[in-house]
Amino acid sequence: MYWNKDMETLSKEKLRELQLERLKRIVRYAYERVPYYRKNFDAIGLKPEDIKTLEDIRYIPFTSKADLREVYPFGMFAVPMSEIMEIHSSSGTTGKPVVMGYTKADLEVWKEVMARSLVMMGVTKEDIIQIAYGYGLFTGGLGFHYGALAVGATIVPASAGNTRRQIELMQDFGTTVLCCTPSYALYLAEYAQDEMGIDPSSLKLKAGSFGAEMWTEEMRKEIEKRFGLKAYNVYGLTEIIGPGVAHECQLQKGLHLQEDHFYPEIIDPETGEVLPEGQKGELVLTTLTKEGVPMLRFRTRDITAFIPGECACGRTFIRIERITGRSDDMIKVRGVMLFPYQIEKAILEVQGVEPHYQIILTRPHHLDEIEVQVEVSKEVFSDEVKSLEALRKKLEKRIEEAVGIRVKVTLVEPKSLPRSEGKAKRVIDKRGLN
Amino acid sequence: MKIKQISVFLENKKGRLYEALTAIAKEGVNIRALTIADTSDFGILRMIVNNPELAKKALEEAGFTTKITSVIAVGVKDQPGGLAEVLKILYEGDINVEYLYAFVEKSGEEAIVVLRTDNLDKTVNLLQQAGVKLFSSTDIESL
Repeated sequence: MYWNKDMETLSKEKLRELQLERLKRIVRYAYERVPYYRKNFDAIGLKPEDIKTLEDIRYIPFTSKADLREVYPFGMFAVPMSEIMEIHSSSGTTGKPVVMGYTKADLEVWKEVMARSLVMMGVTKEDIIQIAYGYGLFTGGLGFHYGALAVGATIVPASAGNTRRQIELMQDFGTTVLCCTPSYALYLAEYAQDEMGIDPSSLKLKAGSFGAEMWTEEMRKEIEKRFGLKAYNVYGLTEIIGPGVAHECQLQKGLHLQEDHFYPEIIDPETGEVLPEGQKGELVLTTLTKEGVPMLRFRTRDITAFIPGECACGRTFIRIERITGRSDDMIKVRGVMLFPYQIEKAILEVQGVEPHYQIILTRPHHLDEIEVQVEVSKEVFSDEVKSLEALRKKLEKRIEEAVGIRVKVTLVEPKSLPRSEGKAKRVIDKRGLN
Repeated sequence: MKIKQISVFLENKKGRLYEALTAIAKEGVNIRALTIADTSDFGILRMIVNNPELAKKALEEAGFTTKITSVIAVGVKDQPGGLAEVLKILYEGDINVEYLYAFVEKSGEEAIVVLRTDNLDKTVNLLQQAGVKLFSSTDIESL
């Protein structure tokens, strides 16, 4: 089932042609209308006409979230305010928020990609879709709303929060499709069961679109089991358009990225080099059709990889893996990319409790070494040296399996690792590379 | 006839043993016997004290990971071969000793040895059958 079969199954050749034509146009458009881009291009002597092939995109400087904050609020807008029909903004947890303006055409694109996303997961006009993403400046609620309008499904615009009411709505209205963050989905299931005595699998839900935060395959299985639905991954970000940049089809083997509107690259977050297909790196996106705020080579900070090969669903658009990390958290050791959460997960599996740990990177003999200090909790402390040694070895083995390189585990006393306000300082880099 | 032993996880860091002992001293806990098992990175401090529960509370409040385990306190003749005699009983009973250490003081003419084996109940039975003196918690407290 497709929303736009011609486009979604376009041959690779035709797609590349279309992308190139659109890329050339958007580069010129951005250069002519947004001082930020003109300044960056001029600084390196790049002209819009220098972009002759899709590969030439790599000459264009990256755009970062920090760049967008600097021009707060409307510095990136390429059209007069009279052309802007809607404004969205990402939360400003680490500084000023980022503001995005949508023209009429931009809203049409958003509606289109969201409609494709919903149809991709099997939504039809017969469905009752409960949108439990926040409505407002956050793009989640309205993005799904526009897509569902196009598809013609019955919308229950519940927005986020009010958990008891959400469950009542699902039960009383016979909701068949749920859209919310994956952690909220699990909370809903728990709440229904524990607080209301309702078995979540007795609800009529058949599918759900979950995103706006990182989640795992284990969480997917849990959500599917609890509700008896199929859980799909949705990807998007305010800077690009909101939800709808990529979505999973019913095969659940990666997210199809809407390549006719968004041009993806995967780069090495350290060097900025474009990586070969299949390799994990940071996703960089260029909007090919956006009028309000065109984005050239926006660094998403999200870590993923392209999935090579064709999807059995017939869609030709490239698939990306679920997001597995943020490039800000990435550590590169002996050329291998790894993330603190991989280590955290490994420790959790061994210890069974929320671990306190710290990763220490050193380079004693021109070779990187990783030491993971793990606090010995009451639960795992044993009076015998051999049990503690066995625990240490087990941790080393499990972490090595998770990250692919050998680490040294040291057991430390509880609370000996610093607990800063909020996020703990997980990584200490003593290699003197910076 | 088992007694309680308190074990403490210690990092190999200057001052940690001192801090652990200070924490229990403040509560007036008296140490009857102690030993440290150490590896390159960490150590386990094992102690027999007059009040294990109080010691545990004091140590945990001071941020230490602790565990109370059962051990046996055995009276051993203070003469050559005294300990070997006891160990022979265990060897013949197919019991493996995990660790042992001695009390500072003697009880009359006997030295007191703390024993942990892979089968404590069987150890207690065998030793009692052989007429070896085992100390109870009350005995330890009144030392």
